[in-house]
Amino acid sequence: MAVVTLKPTGNFDLTVEAEVITPDNFAGKSAQEIGQLLVWQGPKQYPLANYFEVKGDGADTTEETTITIDGDVSRVKRIGEGMTAGKVLVKGSTGMHAGAEMVGGEIIIEGDTDSWAGMEMKGGLLHIKGNTKDHLGSAYRGSWHGMTGGRIVVDGDAVNQVGGGMSGGEIVIGGSVKHFCGIRINGGLIVVKGDAFRTVGAEMTGGTIVVGGTIERFTPGFIQEDTESDIKFDDIECTGEYKKFTGDYAIPQKGKGTMYVSSVNNECL
Amino acid sequence: MVYKNIICPVCGAACDDVQVDLDTINRTIDVQNACKMGNAKFQEVVSSHRIVRPTIRENGKVKDVSWDEALEMAADILVKSRRPLFFLGSETSCEAQEVGLHIAEYLGGVADSNATICHGPTVMGIQESGMVGATAGQTKNRADMIVYWGVNALESMPRHMSRYGVFPRGYWTKRGRFDRTLITVDPRRTPTATASDLHLQINPNTDYELLSALFTILNGKEPHTSIEDITGIPISVMKQMVEMMKESNYVGIFVGLGVSSSYGKHRNIEMALNFVKEMNNYTKCNIGALRGHCNVAGFNQLASYLYGYPFGVDFMKGYPRYNPGETTTVDLLREKDVDAAFVMSADLVNHIPADSAKYLTEIPMICLDIAPCPSTTAADVVLPGVIDAMECDGTFYRLDNVPVHFEPFTDSPFPETKSNEETLKMLFEKVKAKKEA
Repeated sequence: MAVVTLKPTGNFDLTVEAEVITPDNFAGKSAQEIGQLLVWQGPKQYPLANYFEVKGDGADTTEETTITIDGDVSRVKRIGEGMTAGKVLVKGSTGMHAGAEMVGGEIIIEGDTDSWAGMEMKGGLLHIKGNTKDHLGSAYRGSWHGMTGGRIVVDGDAVNQVGGGMSGGEIVIGGSVKHFCGIRINGGLIVVKGDAFRTVGAEMTGGTIVVGGTIERFTPGFIQEDTESDIKFDDIECTGEYKKFTGDYAIPQKGKGTMYVSSVNNECL
Repeated sequence: MVYKNIICPVCGAACDDVQVDLDTINRTIDVQNACKMGNAKFQEVVSSHRIVRPTIRENGKVKDVSWDEALEMAADILVKSRRPLFFLGSETSCEAQEVGLHIAEYLGGVADSNATICHGPTVMGIQESGMVGATAGQTKNRADMIVYWGVNALESMPRHMSRYGVFPRGYWTKRGRFDRTLITVDPRRTPTATASDLHLQINPNTDYELLSALFTILNGKEPHTSIEDITGIPISVMKQMVEMMKESNYVGIFVGLGVSSSYGKHRNIEMALNFVKEMNNYTKCNIGALRGHCNVAGFNQLASYLYGYPFGVDFMKGYPRYNPGETTTVDLLREKDVDAAFVMSADLVNHIPADSAKYLTEIPMICLDIAPCPSTTAADVVLPGVIDAMECDGTFYRLDNVPVHFEPFTDSPFPETKSNEETLKMLFEKVKAKKEA
């Protein structure tokens, strides 16, 4: 296992797009070669070494390459985009599109991430220990398919459009969400342990959503089917009693989506 | 001299029946047929506060300069910038916007327009769902039910109701208002709501929930009872609305910023569009947005056919990219991700959130406008604007995306330029010369 450490040193006055920061690109390269990889700042490309102090060489294979970013990179976008294997550890916060379209491997972010983390993700693990913003694991603008595989774990809160258009994989949110959690999902699993503000599962045609906290405004196109206790999805356990709804009948589909809502926290439903 | 059939360069209706009597000796103008907003803009032709000379800011002081000096300094700012923002406002022609888009592409900047702080979510909703649309004339001649949703047409687009929506006598609606049913959905009791047959006074920011419930009813299911508390509308009234729509021959829905800029944004529009699609299984139904500016639809059309995206087009990587929330004006300024701005025919400083406006005043800014406003006050270079549809010809796209060619009734007051398009072309030449030197 080889560790490449990147320490932010450059000027991030304009945001930097660094889709090259993946184990796939770093594998088989020396620290100096990694420093020569190009990133975008505005309409120009500059070497990675202009922005980061690079220590350590990449391993021979992607699987054995670990990248540690030792600092805050909240103005660096697209870290780990499309990575297929290996590991990225960020000891701070990242900008937008972290782990977007990732296929495999593991990304651990100890701080927060901006919007579009894990967009259209296909596999692997994205673990955000802080909070994230909008479009977590969702589809790109105009696309109908969000995340199709892998797992996203957020220890903190997410904001809007979590898992939009998702058709596979799992998203587990430790905190709460705001609007349109699970909009248009047609497969996969979203578990929100905290509260949701509104429009949970809007336009869903498949998949499962679990909300452990309170939903302030319930989506009108759902019909209660049953009550279940201690539900379990492989290694994800949701204890307590849940009201089981199907929907969303607001759209002309068969209402194949399932939503579990905590009975204790949503007595009025 | 009296000029007829002048196009009004103010709101999205772009009325084509304005009559003006321009007295060039006494510098007065008399305007017929236009609304209050239209009349006010026509008065700009003879107003005393019109910007008539280019200015630059030097060592904190503003001074008058020649057109050439102002364009030189503007070109300098743009060439030195690492990532310029081009805000190509919508009270000017498509022809001028096109040149602006090309400069943005040439410099690897970002081009955006008023839609980004206005009906951008509507356009995004259309991308998600597609739209059953119609021209304004179709609605006028056929619609026997009009729904104004989140818009107070009587005050924001004063002639919409009289020209297209409610009162005109159409081919199949010969008795005008008597042949039409009017429904308004609005949290406020506006004059439009007062004039309606049914007013759904919803709680603010619950448009999505109401649309979702209406859609559920249309699909033959019962919406969850909590919807009554959320929206403030009884389910029986929702059912009544759906029935009224189904029983009509032709429903024209007009949405305003109340739908596209309340909670949910493009999701509200997407749901409305899907509802309209489904409603077409029962009766003819279409939807349109009441756009705010005379050519705000034009930028969307232009940017879409030139670069594939309707607004917020980022040329950073040499090819167009689009991601509202990332490549759009307010977000770029909030994140301090641009370092110079070119603002044309829009008072941007006055219309964006304080954080973004503050940053905009800190970076070098070039402003092209006809009258003093906060943006021109904060600008480093001010280029006087030529008033489209009055002083030069060109093209607007009306609210229903119909292109309208306009002809002027007077000339540009500046010997140096005939139109904003020509000003931008001169600027582009200077930018190219500097960049390639």
